[in-house]
Amino acid sequence: MKLQKSSRLAIFALIELASDPKAQVSVSEIGDKYGVSSHHLAKVMHTLGRAGLVRSIRGVGGGYSFSGNEKRTTLLDVIMLFEDTSTGDCAVENPADVTAAEWALCQVVNEIDEIAQATLGAITISTMLKQIERNKKTAKRAKALSA
Amino acid sequence: MDKQAHTSGSDLNQQISIRRVASGDLSFVMALDESVTGLAKPDYWQDIFSRYAKRRTQERFFLVAENTNQDFAAPILGYIVGEVRAWEFGSEPSGWVFAFSVDPDMRERGVGEQLFEAISEKFRGAGVSSMRTMVERKNQLHMAFFRSEGMAAGPYIQLEKNLDE
Repeated sequence: MKLQKSSRLAIFALIELASDPKAQVSVSEIGDKYGVSSHHLAKVMHTLGRAGLVRSIRGVGGGYSFSGNEKRTTLLDVIMLFEDTSTGDCAVENPADVTAAEWALCQVVNEIDEIAQATLGAITISTMLKQIERNKKTAKRAKALSA
Repeated sequence: MDKQAHTSGSDLNQQISIRRVASGDLSFVMALDESVTGLAKPDYWQDIFSRYAKRRTQERFFLVAENTNQDFAAPILGYIVGEVRAWEFGSEPSGWVFAFSVDPDMRERGVGEQLFEAISEKFRGAGVSSMRTMVERKNQLHMAFFRSEGMAAGPYIQLEKNLDE
């Protein structure tokens, strides 16, 4: 499964903002960190704002802050703002409309899509933050052991 | 107003005791399961109790979250059941969680997390370093909970066949 660039950026930005909900982070700060243009990221942030996941604060020291529910917002919720996840390569509803081989392949592709959607729909922004912390601890332990 | 509606997650943590199931808890466990699933399974639970509360308890764990606050209606807020299994499907010894539930009115208050951490500790004490469970793909509640506790897809894939086809 390959996520579109906007979906990836949106997830990165939400993780960045949700890690410190009181902080106000500018588009350029996030853009610099992930190596993307502020122009592209601004469009992504606008979409997140319309979905109520981020809040824009104007003026000196302004930027964006997280305004969603990190325990309720899943990766699938975010991805669906930027790409169509309703159908994969196979959108056949009636097996009689396609050949037997096409239908068999459809079943396999749909199985993969369903697993991907179930996974993305179960992982929240909060879970991602926990995973990042666990990764940091693991790296720290590994570093301590190798020292 | 009842006290239940005003108890924060941190307050509630101090009013929960995680312990092994006792015979007096079983009716509450069965009632909780029935209220969540809509199915009464008295024979199943009697069997689980006799096997997981009384036998090989060094590797079988049937834990309940007991509410120690008398103001709450139900004394049992949740349960988790698991055991150490070895060599099935070629797997090294691992902890398996096969039953888990929290009173719907008590969710998102840390009850499930305490049960999960308690059985994790029991599994560690039994000498295993991994634990597993199985979740229905469409059960986002359980899936999201287990993911938030750090569980992810493991090295095995569950397969099944419709025998009527």
